[in-house]
Amino acid sequence: MLSIRNLKVSIKGKEILKGINLEVKAGEVHAIMGPNGTGKSTLAYVIAGREGYEVTEGEIIFKGRNILDLSAEERACEGLFLGFQYPVEIPGVSITNFLRTAINEQRKYKGLDPVPAVEFLAKMEEKKQLLELQEKLASRSVNEGFSGGEKKKNEIFQMAMLEPSLAILDETDSGLDIDALRIVATGVNKLRRPDNATIVITHYQRLLEYIIPDVVHVLFDGRIVKSGGKELALLLEEKGYEWIRSES
Amino acid sequence: MEKNQNNILEEVTTSDYKYGFHTNIEMDLAAVGLSEDTVRFISAKKNEPDWLLEFRLSAYHHWLTLTEPNWAHIHHPAIKYQDIIYYAAPKRKKELTSLDEVDPELLDTFKKLGISLEEQKKLSGVAVDAVIDSVSVKTTFTDTLSKYGVIFCSFSDAVQNHPDLVKQYMGSVVPSNDNFFAALNSAVFSDGSFCYIPKGVRCPVELSTYFRINAANTGQFERTLIVADEGAYVSYMEGCTAPMRDENQLHAAIVEIVAMKDAEVKYSTVQNWYPGNKKGEGGIYNFVTKRGICKGSHSKISWTQVETGSAITWKYPSVVLMGDNSIGEFYSVAVTNNFQQADTGSKMIHLGKNTKSTIISKGISAGQSNNSYRGLVKVIKRAENARNFSQCDSLLLGDKCGAHTYPYIKAENHTSIIEHEATTSKISDDQLFYCKQRGISSESAIGLIVNGYAKEVLMHLPMEFAVEAQKLLAISLEGSVG
Ligand SMILES: Nc1ncnc2c1ncn2[C@@H]1O[C@H](COP(=O)(O)OP(=O)(O)O)[C@@H](O)[C@H]1O
Ligand SMILES: [Mg+2]
Repeated sequence: MLSIRNLKVSIKGKEILKGINLEVKAGEVHAIMGPNGTGKSTLAYVIAGREGYEVTEGEIIFKGRNILDLSAEERACEGLFLGFQYPVEIPGVSITNFLRTAINEQRKYKGLDPVPAVEFLAKMEEKKQLLELQEKLASRSVNEGFSGGEKKKNEIFQMAMLEPSLAILDETDSGLDIDALRIVATGVNKLRRPDNATIVITHYQRLLEYIIPDVVHVLFDGRIVKSGGKELALLLEEKGYEWIRSES
Repeated sequence: MEKNQNNILEEVTTSDYKYGFHTNIEMDLAAVGLSEDTVRFISAKKNEPDWLLEFRLSAYHHWLTLTEPNWAHIHHPAIKYQDIIYYAAPKRKKELTSLDEVDPELLDTFKKLGISLEEQKKLSGVAVDAVIDSVSVKTTFTDTLSKYGVIFCSFSDAVQNHPDLVKQYMGSVVPSNDNFFAALNSAVFSDGSFCYIPKGVRCPVELSTYFRINAANTGQFERTLIVADEGAYVSYMEGCTAPMRDENQLHAAIVEIVAMKDAEVKYSTVQNWYPGNKKGEGGIYNFVTKRGICKGSHSKISWTQVETGSAITWKYPSVVLMGDNSIGEFYSVAVTNNFQQADTGSKMIHLGKNTKSTIISKGISAGQSNNSYRGLVKVIKRAENARNFSQCDSLLLGDKCGAHTYPYIKAENHTSIIEHEATTSKISDDQLFYCKQRGISSESAIGLIVNGYAKEVLMHLPMEFAVEAQKLLAISLEGSVG
């Protein structure tokens, strides 16, 4: 699904990612953990194709193809989804309108006709229930005046609607109370399929009690310094990131 | 043909021509430039009654004493008023036989706007099949309207067929000496529309529909008069989302609205005149005076405008709130791109008690354009408990464009409440990336964000136009963000 080889990234001349290697197969859930400021979001943005990052070395292969030359929207149309750590507000644009536009642009990329209205609305209904969303949420403007938890649920809702091959969820757990966390995690679990994959970025292991990862990576100072099974998350929680610092 | 016109031109310009308008009445073209004779010529040509000629002449003489206003935030080379031909009989456009002959760029825009093939033909001057020809539809409309006693006709027809109404109301809202451009229009106006809704009648059709079919007559000096008698209602739409080209660079229209007791007039505009090219060359100068008067108590006038065209827009649709408890509204989206300049806003003049007004203005600037909001809220002493709420927002795309807000407030009593809010924002990189990450291209993302921003205004447009206006906004800003 995704393989990243020796990825080095700088922002304004300062190296942030210092040689990342990562292999994610279809059907897997990977967790990336690490303290604040180590480059987790940077990695997510670079995979998603955000501008302003200088890739100085390495490659990102997604579904067998180097995607570094693709624009952010092309990568999205290829099946890449990023759940944002800080989702932005788009005043006056309803979630319904936003998602219909997104789905239709993705369909256009694949040479398909726009989604029929009935089919689209039925899907909205189904996914709303999956995530226990309020009826009126879909008619509200994208993220405008949403609570932290609502924003994160909305990210997962969009993921459910867009059905990506690879979803990267950047700190989706932060700002969620236990109930919301459970709902989000249940959503992610229900959307798991043998042909898709998820990367969960978090710095608490709490989320990983609900979303069981196949592999846990520890990102530290721009490098993946440790990888292991789900027990690594527990170990981290117990010993703290200081332990990694001393090990690395 | 051309030679013939030149001959006439020469004849007209060189002759003494004091009473020439009598002998040359068959001509299709007035002499170049503006003089008392030009005014007489136009009036005679249109077979107008004496009082209307007097109206024109006094406007002309007043115009001579005026100078072009220079307070607006716009710049343009001097307009050469003596180089303009002030009367030309409506020329039939050269009829094309198929859409293949039409500028492909124009067709592309039509397609993006979702305008039907038949309508595309009509708008670009291609001959249309008899079946869809608008004449029959137009007749149906006129029949329906006359059943309700609604008068809706060209201004010239109204002068001939309803002179008393025209005489009573024309110039009663925008006097001929109101301002430079209004005086000019009053002297030389060519034609326009007249609409009268009798007492207690709710006009059964959106007059917009009619306009779409009728492909609005858009003269250089257009004049519109709408009168809603007691308890009447009408929704009126002018303009067209399709880009309009016109060889006349200067446009100076007047729109007057009168709402009697309990009457309501909803006036919507989509203005998409040719804005000039990307370098800022050419384009229409649009200097318009639009004003309504809420004459009776509990009357209401609301202006909704979407301005995307013209090189220069100078326009302040206003409401004089004379009747107690009357309501004035102004909803505006003005887009400027490349080198366009817009100085637009509204005036709400509160004369009656408990009068209420709302101003929602959304400016969107891109390229190297300049977009100004200019508004006046005036409350006289007698207008107790008047209320105004103004919201003026500016959205900037890029960093070479300008947005300016000039709100003027004059309140002469202490029982009134006037609120003004203003914001300036940009489309952020975060918003764009968020959209792109969902698969939405930059251009679509801008369209989406801009339409969200303008939603409060667009929702006041008649349904069928709202959808087109949304597409129009997106198209107007294409290519404005790399
Ligand atoms: N746009 C930016 N400009 C400059 N520095 C940045 C930018 N984005 C991130 N950084 C820096 O890169 C480092 C990694 O940040 P980030 O990827 O957000 O970390 P994490 O998500 O792990 O908390 C930090 O030192 C941060 O200050
Ligand atoms: Mg982060």
